[in-house]
Amino acid sequence: MAVERSPRADADPRQDQGDAPSARPPGKPFSWTWVGVAPFFLFAFLFLILPSASIVVRSFEGPGGTWTVQNILDIFQKSDIRNAYKLSLQISATTAIGGAFFGFLLAYAVTIGGLPKAVRNFMLTFSGVASNFAGVPLAFAFVATMGNAGLVTRLLEGTLNFDIHQAGFSIYNFWGLSIVYMYFQFPLMVLVMAPALDGLRREWREACENLGGSTFHYWRYVAFPILAPTLLGTAILLFGNAFGAYATAYAFTGSFLNLVTIVIGAQIQGDVLYNPGLGNAMALGMILIMSLVMMVYLWSQRRAARWLR
Amino acid sequence: MKRFPIWSWFWFLIGLLYFFMPLVSTLEFSLRMIKGKYTLEAYRVAFQDPEFYRNFGFSLLWASLTIVISLLLVVPTAYWVQLKLPKARPYVEFVTLMPFVVPAVVLTFGLIRLYGRPPLVLTTTPTALIVGYVVLSLPYMYRSVDSGLRAVDIRTLTEAAQSLGAGWGTILKDVIFPNLRVALLSGIFLTFAIVMGEFTFAALMSWPAFGPYIEQIGSMRAYTPQAISLMSFVITWGSIMLIQWVGRGARGQQIQIGGAR
Repeated sequence: MAVERSPRADADPRQDQGDAPSARPPGKPFSWTWVGVAPFFLFAFLFLILPSASIVVRSFEGPGGTWTVQNILDIFQKSDIRNAYKLSLQISATTAIGGAFFGFLLAYAVTIGGLPKAVRNFMLTFSGVASNFAGVPLAFAFVATMGNAGLVTRLLEGTLNFDIHQAGFSIYNFWGLSIVYMYFQFPLMVLVMAPALDGLRREWREACENLGGSTFHYWRYVAFPILAPTLLGTAILLFGNAFGAYATAYAFTGSFLNLVTIVIGAQIQGDVLYNPGLGNAMALGMILIMSLVMMVYLWSQRRAARWLR
Repeated sequence: MKRFPIWSWFWFLIGLLYFFMPLVSTLEFSLRMIKGKYTLEAYRVAFQDPEFYRNFGFSLLWASLTIVISLLLVVPTAYWVQLKLPKARPYVEFVTLMPFVVPAVVLTFGLIRLYGRPPLVLTTTPTALIVGYVVLSLPYMYRSVDSGLRAVDIRTLTEAAQSLGAGWGTILKDVIFPNLRVALLSGIFLTFAIVMGEFTFAALMSWPAFGPYIEQIGSMRAYTPQAISLMSFVITWGSIMLIQWVGRGARGQQIQIGGAR
């Protein structure tokens, strides 16, 4: 089988760089090797591509099987739907920025912040758990924390004599849900940033110091530019994470909050928009926004890979 | 001489508080069912409900089916791509990123609308649900398996086995599988944790499962939902601990991105 390694003059040079050169001789129109991955792609086509494509097509379906762009226009024109997008985008941006900021500080603290190694391991393990702890149980956990009879609520009342609910603060709103989302947002940032911060080499700092640079110079001109793509990429990932969340919001606020996912969920259970096409258009909007998120994420990953490895 | 890292400790403590406050609160809340004292009454009530076992059992079933199908789909594909078809890698990776682009609620919407009517009806059986779960698990499963495959020299192992006269079945079972054990277990436990707590697919497709059950209980009773939420946390926590335990000594931790919940 070692013959396979022999380079062919006409072989694609990119193929020879990987550890596994293509077994497929160039120029042959069809290779049986593709059959090996056929089940996977068939599955993806049937249950991922096709449903998505059907959403795209049906977004342009009007009443009575006509074609229309009215559904797309409705997203921008109907105030309910525009507000749903606005709220979803706001909550995603808020928790992404908040999660990225807090997560970065935590990651910094446990990597190069001078904390003991045990603290670091603990934080990383717990981040792994917390970033996967979402949905209904998380919502109930926060009800027990800061709901009417929650522990924090009672503690505030008992110690500071401060009744947060009397003060006009309800947790079942924008900020309440943001606090809940943060529980799975910042751990993800910790998980991504910790290896990135570990990747900052001591030599870079030393080189900066030898050239007379201060700590500020090091962070401003060396560390930050290196970390920036990772920071941006992860923040955008958090954004998408919050934007697509349904279970957490549903269990926490019911249908109080007019989020895009909540509206789509209601649309599935019963045609609340009285227009199937509009439901599809809303779903299409989500797919488009998430695609954008994914493109920025992939781009930033490529940038980040230049320095950190 | 290093200074005491006061800010690092400060942020760490804030983080600790954020992590544990909801958990401690949930525990405390779940113990308060009988006024004036801490008891395990909420847990007793939770365990007495036959619906609890039924829904939990269904979630176990869904999780097992999802894991089996996901493994059958991902392992041969990742292996084949690594060994014979590196050209397909970008496409496979694209597919495994798709569940992030199409959130669970949107995928449910698409699946119900597409397979809820002829020619192919899948919503009357749990097929559509399992399919959704498999899609959800793809990113986690693929990345676990792929990083496992990259860590060992799969080509040399395969060629060595072949030169000793092994067939494909033997190669996969006796050579590749044992080397992938850690990667497979990671993927399995993560998928398990995700499916056990999943709400969106099961609720919107109206199949019994643990996630919708917790939500239903939440609208009927106080205290018990918190008791069950805590159990759900223990499942997640246990799964992640198992992943770390089987993966101890293995280099590098994988960052898992998947669909939002």
